[in-house]
Amino acid sequence: MSIIKVEDKLYQNRYIVDENRPHIQIKDADVCATQCKTQPCTFCCPANCYSAEEDGKVNLVTDGCLECGTCRVICQDNGNISWNYPRGGYGISYKFG
Amino acid sequence: MVEKFDAIVVGAGPSGNSAAYTLAKAGLKVLQIERGEYSGSKNVQGAIMYADALEKIIPDFREDAPLERHVIEQRIWLLGDDSYIGTNYRSDSFNSEKPNRYTIIRSQFDRWFNEKVREAGALVICETTVTELLRDANGKVYGVRTDRVNGEVHADVVIMADGVNALLARRADFQKELPPENVALAVKEIHFIDPALIEQRFQVKDDEGVVIEIMGKVTGGMVGTAFLYTNKESLTIGIGCLISDFKEKGITPYKLLEDLKNHPVIKPLIEGGEVKEYAGHLIPEGGYKAVPQCYGDGWMVVGDAAHLNNAAHREGSNLAMTSGRFAAETVIELKKLGKAPVASNLALYKKKLDDSFVLKDLKKYRNLPGIMHMSPQFFGAYPDLLNGAAHDLFTVDGVDKKTKENKILKSFVKRRSVFGLMGDAFKLARAFR
Ligand code: SF4
Ligand code: SF4
Repeated sequence: MSIIKVEDKLYQNRYIVDENRPHIQIKDADVCATQCKTQPCTFCCPANCYSAEEDGKVNLVTDGCLECGTCRVICQDNGNISWNYPRGGYGISYKFG
Repeated sequence: MVEKFDAIVVGAGPSGNSAAYTLAKAGLKVLQIERGEYSGSKNVQGAIMYADALEKIIPDFREDAPLERHVIEQRIWLLGDDSYIGTNYRSDSFNSEKPNRYTIIRSQFDRWFNEKVREAGALVICETTVTELLRDANGKVYGVRTDRVNGEVHADVVIMADGVNALLARRADFQKELPPENVALAVKEIHFIDPALIEQRFQVKDDEGVVIEIMGKVTGGMVGTAFLYTNKESLTIGIGCLISDFKEKGITPYKLLEDLKNHPVIKPLIEGGEVKEYAGHLIPEGGYKAVPQCYGDGWMVVGDAAHLNNAAHREGSNLAMTSGRFAAETVIELKKLGKAPVASNLALYKKKLDDSFVLKDLKKYRNLPGIMHMSPQFFGAYPDLLNGAAHDLFTVDGVDKKTKENKILKSFVKRRSVFGLMGDAFKLARAFR
């Protein structure tokens, strides 16, 4: 089975990236490593923004974010994600939607 | 001095545009705030637009709205591993002068709609994110704070049309977080393709269009549906499942989409297209029981933000437009009567929802979301069994029909007991009644 590259998909999209101001943040890296067994954000995010690291922590890069809200909903038991919309004018800008 | 408006509308999707347009047309001083570059830049939908809801707001919309194709055929397909069984309904009567359903490309449609809002006299500000509601000591909403410098604005009433995530209402504690089983994540792509290929593959001409709603094997047993819609020069293909199921099954949304695109009956329909965008969005699927409190002192919530979506019939934008219009009409009526937009008076908005198809339809299907969730067989075993049954019936191989029928019946009972089958039929019939 071939690996699906989400990056190729996201490459088609238009983003206005707010450099160094991620609109979503993981509150406590240790919670991901110690209290979250399945780490669902790493496979539910449609833009693959979350990746599991070798040390058990989770790395988040929001550049390709589609602003869907899935990660916030899925992490609500742990409440470990601080989720905001990007500043006005930044983020995904759909040409077709 | 902080500027004050009769009403502030947060968001410029179908519900926000309908609200702002209706208010401005009535001569009210309206501010609409959108966080994207333009109306539509943050919005995602399949998309099918139902004419009726828009006609009630802009009767002559057909003159210049960016419509793709009017729908003359609706297909509902249950996919097996390499097959489908389903129904197609095509009628020439859908080629009337005023067709009732169109495929649209949302960002273009929303932009057009928002232009109408401006023409009607509303002040529209884009690239501005509303961060919170402003409330007085008694909790009454009197405006919003934005991420602009000196970004405070006041109004008699704030209409929240900020979409499914409804951050403003949640931050104000008007709503709880969406439970994962009440919301679906959908991903989709738009494939640009030669219109001649669309005409040939879907047997359409001119602006005729076909929409296919898909269930079955492609959702990997999860509660969800997929779709394939024809636009003028493109196809949109997408798939969505409940977040709770994604979480449990560990399947990535993009894998699901790739599997759908590669399914033997889907692939030939989309072949030769060029993907120009990949989108993801949440859909409120909790139904009637998940509709939150939708008004209070100085505020109303409309559209997806109020969970107004009919998952059973794949309708959302018409509920959004209608709820936006109702919220606006409520403000207009109260103003005429000189009544303040406090909760007791804004209850009129809820009454309008209750008395219309918006909440009547949701109420009718109030038990459906739960049943679907409790009964994964609707999304796994049944599509499989039906495809198998069709295969057996249509394969001429010397086996007599009676034996075939028995085999089919047995296959159903084997996968699900007779009582299970009867129970499912009963539950489904009741939920759809
Ligand atoms: S779901 Fe939340 S707690 Fe779990 S890994 Fe992801 S961010 Fe961390
Ligand atoms: S909002 Fe959606 S796309 Fe963005 S990081 Fe969360 S899950 Fe991924």
